Amino acid sequence: MKYLPLFGKVPAVLFAVSLIVACSGSDTQEDDGAAAAAAAARSADQASALELERLTQAAAAVGNVFYFEYDSSALTPEAVQALNAHIALLQRNDRNVRLDGHTDERGTREYNMALGERRANSVRDYMAANGISTARIESVSYGEERPIAYGSGESNWAQNRRVELK
Amino acid sequence: MNRLSAILLTTALALAALQARAQNLTIEITQGRDDPTVIAVSPFAWKGAGTPPEDIAAVVDSDLSRSGQFNPVPRTDMLGWPAQESEVFYKDWRAIGSEYLLIGRVSQAGDLRVEYELLDVVRQTKVYSGVESGPAADARMIAHRVADAVYEKITGIRGAFATKLVYVSATRGTGGKDNYRLTIADSDGARPAILLDSREPILAPTWAPDGKQIAYVSFESSRPAIYRQELATGRREQLTNFKGLNSSPAWSPDGRSLAMVLSKDGSPDVYIMDLVSRQLTRITDHYAIDTEPAWMPDGRSLLFTSDRGGRPQIYRYDLGSGNVQRVTFEGNYNARARVAQDGRNVVMVHQQNGRFHIALLDLVSKRNYVLTSTELDESPSIAPNGSMVLYATKYADRGILAAVSVDGGAKFRLPSREGDVREPAWSPFLTR
Repeated sequence: MKYLPLFGKVPAVLFAVSLIVACSGSDTQEDDGAAAAAAAARSADQASALELERLTQAAAAVGNVFYFEYDSSALTPEAVQALNAHIALLQRNDRNVRLDGHTDERGTREYNMALGERRANSVRDYMAANGISTARIESVSYGEERPIAYGSGESNWAQNRRVELK
Repeated sequence: MNRLSAILLTTALALAALQARAQNLTIEITQGRDDPTVIAVSPFAWKGAGTPPEDIAAVVDSDLSRSGQFNPVPRTDMLGWPAQESEVFYKDWRAIGSEYLLIGRVSQAGDLRVEYELLDVVRQTKVYSGVESGPAADARMIAHRVADAVYEKITGIRGAFATKLVYVSATRGTGGKDNYRLTIADSDGARPAILLDSREPILAPTWAPDGKQIAYVSFESSRPAIYRQELATGRREQLTNFKGLNSSPAWSPDGRSLAMVLSKDGSPDVYIMDLVSRQLTRITDHYAIDTEPAWMPDGRSLLFTSDRGGRPQIYRYDLGSGNVQRVTFEGNYNARARVAQDGRNVVMVHQQNGRFHIALLDLVSKRNYVLTSTELDESPSIAPNGSMVLYATKYADRGILAAVSVDGGAKFRLPSREGDVREPAWSPFLTR
């Protein structure tokens, strides 16, 4: 499951370029070389900061809630897409995340508690497969106890079958 | 990860909460039986000063009526209100079709004292005479004990009116967070008292077999943990704090251990905690969901819900042999079993045509009976005498408690005036 080759490579390439520049200077050109390296590092830092900002905005844009089908913990294509944006960001920072799993009101409360955990773990496993250490991830299930939409019917239920990344 | 912490929490909050006002549940009988026993409960004579603290006869009347097995005669249909045997004219009662007559007297000298006689109208004889007494504050409980005696004399089954319920309620809170409450009330929903008030979910309340403690799951630490609480003192203790699920506590019949569901080792599995040594024993070990343990009354096996076959079904784990057997085969969703004291009747959540009902499975005949016709029914809890099943359902888009007799004949609702009420747990028989 390699969905994310692009995001990780950009800063790595920049870093390699800056190393080459830093090492290419001769003894006599030391000062010039150092200045060039510093300039390259600065622009790499700037590029990196810009990239981080872009990734942060991309993650914010997709939201932190991933929805599921009834009685299912399989990630939908929409959920995968949204998760990829968060994973790209998490690969660049060292934040710990908490995944809160939720279900709709159908079925028993304790079984739903287990189903909510299965959903949270399904997100966790996808993150782990994309290089995020499970040590940074905590899954907590709320089952059906914390609905977003009150009331019955698919339009409400669909909003409640979710994992929230916090 | 073996962070088994047993933290004694202070009790001020719980005790303060006990005094807080809780909303009464009211009773609406929705279905009665075809052949109820007709009984007249004559208003009991008050021998004390001032006004009586409670209309004892009215409480008895309401208990018997709610059981579905009795059809009490309205007071206005009675030709007189005798309080002594000498005042009874049997033919008057026969004339209005009453099979039994209950008369009584209430006096107060410190404690409240109720003397009563149950009379057989047809045979014109006294069936039973009894006395109940206690503090005036417990007047309703005294009345429930009178109802228990009358119920047992006529049906041959021990009454379960003088028992308690605990349940969870939720009201919409601010910031998208609900307020959660754990409440204890009499078996008729009267005299509610709050045991715990929280901004985080509370669920799965369950009784210790001695009726003196309960266990439940609370998210107050922002993660689920199992707590136990003494009812008399309000003293609370956190029993678990594992990574992942900490759910479904179920007290063993001998009171020594607590079955529970933990996912600390991967997937949700059933464990048993020895409440003295705090040692955990893993019971199930399967990658599927195993949850909702319920003890058989002999303590030798546990029922639990598992989706190891693809869909949730009920299985039985034999503690002696370690064998697991599937118990339910009808329908594609059977979950959260509770077993009657006879070890024969199992009540559970059963899905039929996409709707969730309460069903009764007879473990001997293997027959399955759907008891309810509403949808989204859940959390069945069986009375200690096995006669009624209390459960949670939705009515007018609200979570409410409802009850059905084990034969499906009698039904009543206990709607709350505010919030969603759910997860009722009926107490065992209570010792005084």
